[in-house]
Amino acid sequence: MSAGAAATGRTGARGPGAWLTPLVGLVVLLAVASLLGLWRSWWWAILGAGFVLVVLAAEGASRRLPFRFQTPFERALAWLFPLLVLAAWEWLSTSGVLNPRWFPPPSRIVGALWDLTVNYDRFSGTSLIGRPWLIPARLTEQGWPGVVALFNESHVWATLSRVIVGFVLGAVPALLVGMVMGLNRTVRTMLDSTMSAIYVLPKIAIFPILMLVFPDPFGEGPKVTVVAISAFFLVALSTMAGVQGIDKVLLQAGSNFGANRWQMLRHVILPGALPIVFNGLRLALGTALIVIVAVEFVRAKTGVGYLVYYHWQVLGTPKMYAALLVVMVLGVGLTALLQLVERLVMPWRR
Amino acid sequence: MTQKIVALQATKRYPSKAGMVTALEGFDLTVAEGEFVCLVGPSGCGKSTFLRILAGLEDLTVGEARIVPGDDPRRPLNNVVFQEYAVFPWKTVLDNVAFGLQMRGVGKAERYAVAERWLTKVGLKRFADYYPSQISGGMKQRVSIARALANDPEVLLMDEPLGALDAQTRAVLQEELLRIWEETHKTVLYVTHSIEEAVLLGDRVVLMTAHPGTKKSEFVVDLPRPRDLATTSTPEFAALTGAIWEDLRDEVRRAMEAQA
Ligand SMILES: Nc1ncnc2c1ncn2[C@@H]1O[C@H](COP(=O)(O)OP(=O)(O)OP(=O)(O)O)[C@@H](O)[C@H]1O
Ligand SMILES: [Mg+2]
Repeated sequence: MSAGAAATGRTGARGPGAWLTPLVGLVVLLAVASLLGLWRSWWWAILGAGFVLVVLAAEGASRRLPFRFQTPFERALAWLFPLLVLAAWEWLSTSGVLNPRWFPPPSRIVGALWDLTVNYDRFSGTSLIGRPWLIPARLTEQGWPGVVALFNESHVWATLSRVIVGFVLGAVPALLVGMVMGLNRTVRTMLDSTMSAIYVLPKIAIFPILMLVFPDPFGEGPKVTVVAISAFFLVALSTMAGVQGIDKVLLQAGSNFGANRWQMLRHVILPGALPIVFNGLRLALGTALIVIVAVEFVRAKTGVGYLVYYHWQVLGTPKMYAALLVVMVLGVGLTALLQLVERLVMPWRR
Repeated sequence: MTQKIVALQATKRYPSKAGMVTALEGFDLTVAEGEFVCLVGPSGCGKSTFLRILAGLEDLTVGEARIVPGDDPRRPLNNVVFQEYAVFPWKTVLDNVAFGLQMRGVGKAERYAVAERWLTKVGLKRFADYYPSQISGGMKQRVSIARALANDPEVLLMDEPLGALDAQTRAVLQEELLRIWEETHKTVLYVTHSIEEAVLLGDRVVLMTAHPGTKKSEFVVDLPRPRDLATTSTPEFAALTGAIWEDLRDEVRRAMEAQA
């Protein structure tokens, strides 16, 4: 019975019509829109209709595929659609529908990224990733100082080191403070409201104060500190929440089976708090990246944020987009790294 | 016969928005060493509260409730099989069962050997390396039972340990519990909702009243040991469960009316 129903259900999708018709419709739509010059005022409607047609085509194709191809098809779809968007962007930009000055075609952005990567900027004495292919030569010519100089000229390394050092300097004490706040009621009542108040304050707002505090206002001190402070409050408050959120009956089980204070911490409280602690760490890492890029906009001569801002100032939009791309890659990379740590530390969460 | 559990006029009140809630009122109970006592009563009458107090996890408001320590100071006084299982999600089944031994500093090889033996008895040997999120509720409950038994306490406090199991697994584990008790003659205080289970397992069945919980009545189970599931089909068994149910029915009805 069900086989028959499935068969009749499928006959409609037998021919290529199921996916071909929407595609033909898409081509017609784009051709008509371009010929009649509808893009300028109707771009949103064209994009919307185009998207619907693409979805229809994909669904038609998926229905025609045998079951074993379904998963590969879906995986391909996840990759193909962004590629399609990029292709559309490319086409819209080169054909002049999008102003290439503000929205340069992706191919030029990739070119700019390549430029930034391989070239050394004599004027500012910097390069994007520090030209690592020069390391062997530098090592023989100048020894380790030469390699250090390569690191120092790298924008990515500048941002990465600020984020990582600041994150660690903020998160490690935050874990301790949050733990104590979770365990001790007195400490919690004393600190909770103050910390929640500071937590909502955008940390960039205190950057000027930090610049005054440090002897070198334009050095690394204030930048690393502002990252550390943003990470600190998030991690401390989520650690506190994690400790408090542990199921009471698990604490009872721990003490009933003879755990002393230290064992309780090690075997019950710490692992019990970890999931929420890692939530906080993930948020803190994202915030750290946001904060450092914002700071680099205004107060840095190196770093990926500086690169974005600099190329905005000189209207080098392809390079600006390339720098934004690097920020994205850094964000994705750092998050993936943290996820790896998470999986190693919490094997029970698959 | 030495007394192992002594409770005198045990009273527990919890503060709440509407004043004090009395969970337990003037509850008396003595359990002799090696005795298996079952506690039966309507939901919310304070059975779990009483077990937590005996285990030292909560304080009494008035009265006295304690476990009399034995000669060996290294042996744990009591362990609880929690109604909510309370297995640690971050430990494997094996590590959960070995937990008490680990806390007492027993070496890895020895505690794993003990834990594996108990896992075999509750039928979970194959799942030793699983995490609790990967096993069913009934299996978690068996892990919780094995964890308490592996720690070999002087007194076992079991809070509806078979509550989450299907009838068949429940029957198998009831027989297993009977066998384990024949071997160890441990002092057990066992909370259950099932009159049949109480009569099958216990030397004595204590009935509690609903809200606030006090002792209502007490039945001595003089069925011969060793018992097994065949015991449940004897006329003596039927007579006793019938009598207990007769006594409890009004109490349950009162409890339901009070909640309505
Ligand atoms: N921590 C607590 N705070 C306030 N009230 C509580 C607390 N724990 C239990 N109570 C109250 O005490 C009473 C007895 O609860 P308890 O859990 O001991 O019942 P129980 O007999 O184990 O019930 P069940 O058979 O459903 O498990 C209930 O009315 C409950 O609301
Ligand atoms: Mg209970």
